[in-house]
Amino acid sequence: MHVTLLAIDLALVIEKLILIAVIVTVSLLVAMYETYAERKIAAFIQDRRGPNRAGPFGILQPVADGLKLFMKEEIVPNLSNKFLFILGPGLAMLTAMMTSAVIPWSSHIELFGRTIHLQIADVNIGILYIFGVVSMGVYGVMIGGWASNNKFSLLAAIRGASQIISYELAMGISLIALLMLTQSLSLKTIVQQQQDGLYYVAYQPVGFLIFLICAFAECNRTPFDLSEAESELNFGYHQEYSSMKLGFYLFAEYVNMFISSAVMATLYFGGYDIPFVNDAAFGAHYGQNMLAILQGLSLFLKVVIFIFFFMWVRWTIPRFRYDQLMRLGWKGLIPLSLLNMLITGFIVLLRQYGWHFS
Amino acid sequence: MQALTSRSKTVERKPMTIWERLYIPAIAKGMSITFGHIFKKKPTINYPEQTRPFSPVFRGLQVLNRDEEGRERCTACGLCAVACPAEAITMEAAERLPGEENLYREEKYAAKYEINMLRCIFCGLCEEACPKDAIYLSETFTAANYSRQSFIYGKKELLIPHPKLQPEAYEKAKGQRVKR
Repeated sequence: MHVTLLAIDLALVIEKLILIAVIVTVSLLVAMYETYAERKIAAFIQDRRGPNRAGPFGILQPVADGLKLFMKEEIVPNLSNKFLFILGPGLAMLTAMMTSAVIPWSSHIELFGRTIHLQIADVNIGILYIFGVVSMGVYGVMIGGWASNNKFSLLAAIRGASQIISYELAMGISLIALLMLTQSLSLKTIVQQQQDGLYYVAYQPVGFLIFLICAFAECNRTPFDLSEAESELNFGYHQEYSSMKLGFYLFAEYVNMFISSAVMATLYFGGYDIPFVNDAAFGAHYGQNMLAILQGLSLFLKVVIFIFFFMWVRWTIPRFRYDQLMRLGWKGLIPLSLLNMLITGFIVLLRQYGWHFS
Repeated sequence: MQALTSRSKTVERKPMTIWERLYIPAIAKGMSITFGHIFKKKPTINYPEQTRPFSPVFRGLQVLNRDEEGRERCTACGLCAVACPAEAITMEAAERLPGEENLYREEKYAAKYEINMLRCIFCGLCEEACPKDAIYLSETFTAANYSRQSFIYGKKELLIPHPKLQPEAYEKAKGQRVKR
């Protein structure tokens, strides 16, 4: 008699594999064009034109950049720890990509008589998973800086690690306030709740602001890019890297930006919900597949707006000094997020008791 | 104490107010400024496609001129080489043979005429020295190459195209520059 230990539907495996391939490809493509957008936006803000030579409007620029990185010489420093040196960028890239697994990119489509949820894994601890993976991202920076056997890289890695740890605290506490409202850790449930009511940014404006600032810090973006401060540490943790290993580090930053934009859109701005449209009625009228595509586009639009915001901030605000960074994190954001959590908890309890004390 | 200039300003060192210390209003102000810059007109000139108008006294790379019938004007007198403060010009003279009257205007011509463009300072003294209007500075100025040797321009590079055989190239090389 056969004992089926793992009763996994083969079609499900194929479906998920295709979904993973699509999402990984899309995030890499988006990251590619983020580099282009970054340069263009930087140029526009500084009254320049930006890359406009490779192809019409310079849209082939990222391809040219990627090709250039592949063609460069791979240099591994003599006295570096070879294994860790190669592990560093790999880990940075891996953690950047892994976060995309729990984000609901759209509702579901109906294909070949199957209902396909456009989310790789709807785990009921989605947010915790994201937190776990994002905290692992610091190892990419740490290991890279450590393995380079270079003082500046090591300094930068320590800076990066302590910065990410400090800001993760405030981020976590600001999220607790949100979770008190949602009563769920599953990202899909959170999106569905927002489809019916207001977006959570309306309930948690301060929490959103803290989350946004911490997301900047987690992505090592200006004004928090102290770990790659080129004027002080001449490039920071990826100073010794060349060729595609450097490319991986730079790329991981852009993938991170894409994913954290998606997380913010999901948690605070309704995820794949189409704003000002009753999604369920729309789906009943135009069909589920049409709805799913539009919802995906809606999420994508929100993500693009967030990415633009990231870049806009980068080319506006100068870098923090290290003590200012720490003061903002520990004396500014953590007390603020604690206060936000307490007030939210108070109001949630008050609502449970029917708006009166006793 | 009396200020040394009338333009000196006293710096305020008052502690920041709560509103200022919030930092967010200042960020919002800065971001609105940078956002406004996105829509500003760009001052860039897309160089190879667009060029700025030259001043009438612009001095670019030298050109060895021909007359209306396409004969070389240079007689290899050497005055340009004497006038050149950077000592960039060298030449060798040769006598015109019978049957070459359609090539060279006078009985003597420059068999070899070289300007080292890395030495040239584009002062235009060669043009002023020339009694035959044979050399003048054009509106071309971008010389790019891979080796130093290739910056020693010979007659092949310097000679203007033939005005009858290649009229368009001749006009282009001649440019809009007004001779002084």
